[in-house]
Amino acid sequence: MELICILCPRGCRMNVEPGGDGQWEVKGNGCSRGKGYAVQEMTCPLRTLTTSVWVEGGTHRLVSAKTDRSIPRDKIMEALKQTKGLKVKAPVNIGDVLVENIAGTGANLVATRKVDKVVLA
Amino acid sequence: MLSMKADVVVIGGGPAGLAAALSCHRYGIRDIIILERDSHLGGILQQCIHNGFGLHWFGEELTGPEYAQRFIDQVEKAQIPYLLDTMVVDIDEDKRVYAVNPKHGPIEIQARAVILAMGCRERTRGALMIPGGRPAGVYTAGMAQRLINIEGYMPGREVVILGSGDIGLIMARRLTWEGANVKMVCEIMPYSTGLIRNIRQCLEDYGIPIRFKHTVIKIHGRERLEGVTVAQVDDARRPIPGTEEYVPCDTLLLSVGLIPENELSQKANVQLDPVTGGPVVDEYRQTSVPGIFACGNVLHVHDLVDYVSEEAEIAGYGVWRYLNGLASQYGQHVDRRVKIETGYGVRYVVPQRILGEEDVELFFRSDNIYDDGVVELTDGQRLLASKKFLRIVPGQMERFKIKKQALSGIKPGGRLLIRWRNLA
Repeated sequence: MELICILCPRGCRMNVEPGGDGQWEVKGNGCSRGKGYAVQEMTCPLRTLTTSVWVEGGTHRLVSAKTDRSIPRDKIMEALKQTKGLKVKAPVNIGDVLVENIAGTGANLVATRKVDKVVLA
Repeated sequence: MLSMKADVVVIGGGPAGLAAALSCHRYGIRDIIILERDSHLGGILQQCIHNGFGLHWFGEELTGPEYAQRFIDQVEKAQIPYLLDTMVVDIDEDKRVYAVNPKHGPIEIQARAVILAMGCRERTRGALMIPGGRPAGVYTAGMAQRLINIEGYMPGREVVILGSGDIGLIMARRLTWEGANVKMVCEIMPYSTGLIRNIRQCLEDYGIPIRFKHTVIKIHGRERLEGVTVAQVDDARRPIPGTEEYVPCDTLLLSVGLIPENELSQKANVQLDPVTGGPVVDEYRQTSVPGIFACGNVLHVHDLVDYVSEEAEIAGYGVWRYLNGLASQYGQHVDRRVKIETGYGVRYVVPQRILGEEDVELFFRSDNIYDDGVVELTDGQRLLASKKFLRIVPGQMERFKIKKQALSGIKPGGRLLIRWRNLA
């Protein structure tokens, strides 16, 4: 299978095929990091999920969020389901944990934006 | 009318404006003010909630709002004043800036230097002149991004995206994640201008097809979009008869390019480059009007925000030189700056003028895909500098460093040429 490496702007065109003993044969990679990426993509591709979550009583309706580490791509939709209908209370700070251990991945969903509390005059 | 003075007025509180103000501050300038028309600093980064920002500048992967906040925190720490909800309506060649906001009403600021950092805006349907009705459901990709990520509205369910720039690709994934069915991305060119990373993670991950050399030739629907007709195009980008296909959809996103926003620049008689759509600048990012500088997407559209921050730093240095009388007084006497013209293979270069008193870095884009060659800088007879490239593509801005020694013999007011030469 052909795969373009995304680790650096060089964008090596790699070819990945299953070898013997559960190993992978990678060709066309310009460096060793490329091989690691190719094998990861074939076995368990990892992605960072970024989304937004509703905020109650904040200066903005939504707060942006991300998983604090990349999670298996297969778990993205399940993780998104968990954020549906979720409402957090203002104030929210960057790094605040909004969902712990999202979709059982071990990653937390954390806020990436500051949303202050609305102060009624 | 509120009347004030400032050494530096920065127009725009997005990534370019924030970094330029901070750069000025680091050079010891203290009398700075940032004018921002939105209700918060950070500009468009606040709606770019995906990650991939900051790899060059901070050496780590951040989301847009996080990248913005790092600069906002520094601006707060440096106690650089800013006005929000403040729209600049006019500037003139004497660097008088006129603005208006709900708190102060009209404001006049006499600046010693001005930094233009207004960013860019999206090309719209009007620029493409797609025939058909005017139904709801046709959005620019950035508008849809704001609706979903900031306002919390879903623009539609069945989506076609025209243009494979990064915003379009990012939105294909975002809409999929929110439950929409993204049917296809059409790209009129035979290649994508988007990052490979985004093709992989936003389209291939979700099986969204990308159709190269395809465009939308008709929009159907009266009240709401009902579908689009897509067609293949020939090498001159004309639709090929017989290739038309009707695609039902309720939403069309346009990701068809960005235009530097230079209405204000023109009011100050700043000369614009017809190719970049931004001001003509020298290596200090000074425009044709002495004391008026420009950086970020108002100058030319960048691939990465990291490069915007870098360019803003240069503009801050330029302002410091200018305020300390180090910049040459061109415009008033003889313009000593050398003009850089583009030759074969090079679509544009920034800066377009250079003084050459220090090392200079040129940023350029190619007009096509070229493999195995060199980019050269010549004065018509002599080769001044060259750099090898394995490949240059229009979607990626390239850099070309020139040592000041290479520029020592150039004639004030003369011309240089930057061009591509194939080696194969």
